[in-house]
Amino acid sequence: MIRDNLVPLASGTIFGSGLALGGMTDPARVRGFLDLFGNWDPTLAFVMGGAVLVMALAWLLQKQMQRPVFAEGFSLPDRSDITPRLVGGSALFGIGWGIAGLCPGPGFAAFAIAPASAAIFVAAMLAGMLLVRLVEGQ
Amino acid sequence: MILPGFPDAAPLAGLGGGILIGLAAAVMLLGAGRIAGVSGIAARAFGIASSSMPRSGAWAFIIGLPLGALIVTQLSGAAAPGFAGPVTIAIAGLIVGVGTRLGSGCTSGHGVCGMSRLSQRSLVATATFMATGFATVAAMNLLGIEVLP
Repeated sequence: MIRDNLVPLASGTIFGSGLALGGMTDPARVRGFLDLFGNWDPTLAFVMGGAVLVMALAWLLQKQMQRPVFAEGFSLPDRSDITPRLVGGSALFGIGWGIAGLCPGPGFAAFAIAPASAAIFVAAMLAGMLLVRLVEGQ
Repeated sequence: MILPGFPDAAPLAGLGGGILIGLAAAVMLLGAGRIAGVSGIAARAFGIASSSMPRSGAWAFIIGLPLGALIVTQLSGAAAPGFAGPVTIAIAGLIVGVGTRLGSGCTSGHGVCGMSRLSQRSLVATATFMATGFATVAAMNLLGIEVLP
């Protein structure tokens, strides 16, 4: 039970510290990066580059492992189909990201910085997720 | 360090933050055997989506996010950034929620975990949300819509 919670807690805490350090919890920084045709701020390219680089090494390690260190097996996505749902959903997500400069991770991390803004963002995001579930009747 | 041509950029902090995010995702992958995708884990924590991940673990991850941010902001002592107004944030949050459910992921799951694995779906998803993110900010600037203080 402890390991089921400690690994995610450690991961989330390191994740949140990286988001704050990298500037992902600063909407002006995020929107500056998305302002490609204006006063572009490349900082987030360094965030993305650093994260992808470390994670690429982790995937190399993962291929050598029979099972994760603290779990019985790997539970990883294995789909490869490109669907209108994937593209349309991602397109919508980018629009929402661009409007306020917040994506889900920084939305939660922002509870440590601007709790009221974070609460509104997260509540609205969960409402959007619930909407999809209700419409699809799952 | 100042990036030539981009006086406002913070490349070292960005890289350091990125490395931490990569480490966090690596801990989740190699420790728990799972993808550190925030939108999916949030949906799991709040009971919106079912998943094989224990619900308490999903909560532990979500609680860690502000905890980590708190540590960094306490250590750095930097001024708090400005956020958009409540209506703007609510609209944006709603769209992000719908989009990440339909698109099966966000910047973390697709952008970090999937891209680094060269997942076709994640490459398409990331290219798509980056493109619409660029377009949204460009359009708002063109229309003179300012949302941040």
